[in-house]
Amino acid sequence: MINILGKRYYYFALSLLLIIPGLIILAVKGLPLAIDFKGGTLLELQFPSTQLPETSAVIALYNDMGFKEVQVQTALGISGERDILVIRSPFMDDTTKIALVEQMKTDFGVSEISVNRFDSVGPVIAQQVTSRAALAVAIAALAVILYITYAFRGIPHAFRYGVCAIIAMLHDILIVFSITAIGSVLWDWQMDSMFLTALLTVIGFSTQDKIVVFDRIRENSSFLRKLPFEKLANHSIVQTLQRSINTQLMTVEFMLLSLALFGGITLREFAVILLVGLLSGTYSSIFVAAPLLVVWENQEWKTWFRKQSANA
Amino acid sequence: MNRRYVNLIIILLLLALSIWIDLPSNPGIKIGSFERSLETVLGLDLRGGMQVILSVPAEIAVTQQNLQDAAQILENRSNALGVDEVVYQTAGERIIVGEYPGASNAEDVIGKIKETGQLEFVDFGDVRVPEGTVVETDFGLSTSTGAEATPTVEVTPTTESTATAEATPEATPAETTSATRYHTVLTGANLKSVSVVRGQLNDYTVALEFDSEGADILKEWTTTNVGKILGIVLDKTVISSPSVNNPIPDGQAEIIGSFTNESANALAVQLRYGSLPIPLEIEQIRVIGPTLGQDSLDKSLLAGIIGFGIVMLFMGIYYRVPGVVADLAIIFYALITFAIFKLVPVTLTLPGIAGFLLSTGSALDANILIFERLKEELRNGRTMRQAIDLAWRRAWPSIRDSNIAALITAAILFWFGSTFGASFVKGFALTLALGVGVSLMTAFTVTRTLLGLVVDLFKDPEQRPGLFGL
Repeated sequence: MINILGKRYYYFALSLLLIIPGLIILAVKGLPLAIDFKGGTLLELQFPSTQLPETSAVIALYNDMGFKEVQVQTALGISGERDILVIRSPFMDDTTKIALVEQMKTDFGVSEISVNRFDSVGPVIAQQVTSRAALAVAIAALAVILYITYAFRGIPHAFRYGVCAIIAMLHDILIVFSITAIGSVLWDWQMDSMFLTALLTVIGFSTQDKIVVFDRIRENSSFLRKLPFEKLANHSIVQTLQRSINTQLMTVEFMLLSLALFGGITLREFAVILLVGLLSGTYSSIFVAAPLLVVWENQEWKTWFRKQSANA
Repeated sequence: MNRRYVNLIIILLLLALSIWIDLPSNPGIKIGSFERSLETVLGLDLRGGMQVILSVPAEIAVTQQNLQDAAQILENRSNALGVDEVVYQTAGERIIVGEYPGASNAEDVIGKIKETGQLEFVDFGDVRVPEGTVVETDFGLSTSTGAEATPTVEVTPTTESTATAEATPEATPAETTSATRYHTVLTGANLKSVSVVRGQLNDYTVALEFDSEGADILKEWTTTNVGKILGIVLDKTVISSPSVNNPIPDGQAEIIGSFTNESANALAVQLRYGSLPIPLEIEQIRVIGPTLGQDSLDKSLLAGIIGFGIVMLFMGIYYRVPGVVADLAIIFYALITFAIFKLVPVTLTLPGIAGFLLSTGSALDANILIFERLKEELRNGRTMRQAIDLAWRRAWPSIRDSNIAALITAAILFWFGSTFGASFVKGFALTLALGVGVSLMTAFTVTRTLLGLVVDLFKDPEQRPGLFGL
C-alpha cells in the first residue's frame, strides 16, 4: 500500500510555499477589497466603439467633480472588443452619476454611453457587511467543529477531528486568499461579493470532504483497533483516494473548467478562484487534515527540534 | 407487491409532477388560498435591474414595526406609481432593501424613493413659505452621515400649486432656500388616515386624522397658535402652507383651499404614502444593465450544460451500469430541485447557481461514495445483492455527516445574508441547502431503487464484473 502519510512534512512545506507568496503580497499591498467591502462606486460604461477616452482624461473629469482616488480600467465587452471602461471612485449618488455620464458624452464627443453596471456602496454599510461576513464564517467554523466532535463521539479524541478539519479549512481559505492576491497583481482581481461566494463554497466543500475522509478513519478504527494510528489513517486515505479523485474530477475540473471557459466575463474570476479553492479542499483533506491528526496522535512537536525518529 | 416497485411508482409520480412544474408553459397552481404562478424568478444580476439599500441614520431610534411599515409604504407608493414587480424587504434592524427588476431608468426610480420621504408638520410662524422651498427643520437633526454628495440639493417642484389654503400665495420663486431652522410640530408617524372630502359647493378639502398622541400635540399647538402657519413639509420641501383657523381639539384636521378633485387627491396621496415613520438614506445602489444580465445568463447556462454533459459521460464510462443509473438520478435531482426553486419561489442569481452547482457536486459525491464502496465489496467476493446493501449502509454515515455540515454552513450564511440585505449570500445559502436536501433524497431512494431494478435485469451479475467497472 502506498505510504502517503510518511512524507507529511513535505506536504506542509508545499502548502506553505503556495500560501506565503500570497500573504507577502497581501502584507505589502493590503487586501484588494472591492467596493462591496470598503465602500465606493464602480461604474462600468459601454462605449459604442473601441475608441475609448484617455485614462488621464477620465481621471481629470472625475477630479473636476471632486472625486479623488479614481482608478480607470478598460475591459472586454460582450462583443469581445475592448470597448468598456470600468471606473472605481469614492461613493457617489445617482444624480452625480447621471451628470458625470452626460459630461463624458460632451467632453469625449461620444453620442451614446450606456451604463452596464453601477454599484455604489456607502462606507458605513460596507464596514458592517465586512465585519459580519467574518463573524458568519467564524460561527460556521465553530458550529462545524462542534458537529464533528459530536458525530465522531464514538471514537477517541473526537474533538481533534473537528479542530484538524478547521485547520485544513483555514488552509484552504489561505490558499484562496493567496491566489486572489496573486491575481490582484497580475490581472487586477478584487475581492468582491462573488469572491465571498467562492470562498463560502470552498469552505462548504472543504468541510464536506474532510468528513468523508475522517469517516473512513472512524469506520476502520472500530475493527482495526490494534493498528498504529498512522497506519490506520494511511489505510483510510488510500481507500478513499479513488473517490476523492473522482469527485474532484466531477465537481471541480469539469463543471468549473466549463464555467471558466464558456461562462462569460463576469464568471471567469469566480470560476478560477473556485477551481483552485476546491482543488485545495480535496488536497487538504488528504495532505493536511489527516497528517495533522497523525502529528497530534504522535505528539510530534516534542521531537521537532530533535533528530527525526526513523519510524516517523 | 415488491417494495421496490412501490418505490418506483412513487418516484415516477414525483418525476411527472416535477416535469409538469418545470414546463415553461405551466399555467400556475391554484389550490384554495395557495397560489403560485410558477414562473422562474431571475435575480437582478441575470435579468438586469437595480437594487437599492436604504438605511435609517444611526442617531434615530427605530422599531421593527417602523421599519416594516416603511417598507410597506414604499412598496405601495411604487405600485401606485406604476413601477412593476418592486420588492421592498427589511433586513436586520435598520435596513430596507428595494429591488427593481428590469429597471434601467435608475434616475426615475431613485427620484421616486426620494419623494417618498419624511412628512413633517412645521411651525412657520407668520410666514407663508412658498411651495417647493427647501427648509431646515429641527426633526432628527440628521447631519450627513458619510455620504459625500448630499441628495437634498435638488428641489422637486410639486404640481399641487393650488393647494395653498385661503390666503393669496406669495409669488416668490420656489427655488429659494431659507436659512432659518423651523420647529417640527408633528411627523407623518402620527398621521392615521388621509381622505378627500367633497363639499356642497363642489369644493374639495383634504381631511387628516391623527392618532391620539398626534391629536394631543395638535390640540396644544393649535390652541396657542391660531392664525399662524402650519407648513406641510415632505423631505424638507414645502408642499403646502395652510394657516390655522381654529384650534383643533380632536385630531381631525382639514386643509381647505382652492382644490380641484385632482389636486386634492394628489396632495392626499403625498400625505398618505409620504408619511414614512422613519427617515431613510440611500446607502447602496447597484445597477446591472439588461444586456450584461442576459449575457451572464446565456453563458452560464451554456457552461452548465456542457459541464453537466461531460460529468454524465464520465460517470457512465467509469462506473458503467451504476454510473448510468446515477446519471438518471442526477437528471432526476436536477428536475426536482428546479421544480422546488419554482415552487418556493427561489430567486435565481449567479451565486444561487453556484450554490446549486455545489449541491450537484454533493449529489454526485454521494453516488461516487456508494459506487466506490460497491466495487470494494464486490472485490471482497460478496454477491451483488449483499454488496449493494453493504455499500449503502457503509456509505451512509459519511454522506449524512458531510451533508449535515453543509446544511449547518448554509443556515448560518442564510442568517447572515438576511440580516444584511446581502441577497447574493442568501441566494447561495438557500439553493445550497435545498440542493443538499434533494441530493440526500435522490441518492438514497432513486439511485438505490433504480440500481436494484436494473441489477435484476441481468442474470448472474457477479459473472460480468465489466458491467460494474471492475
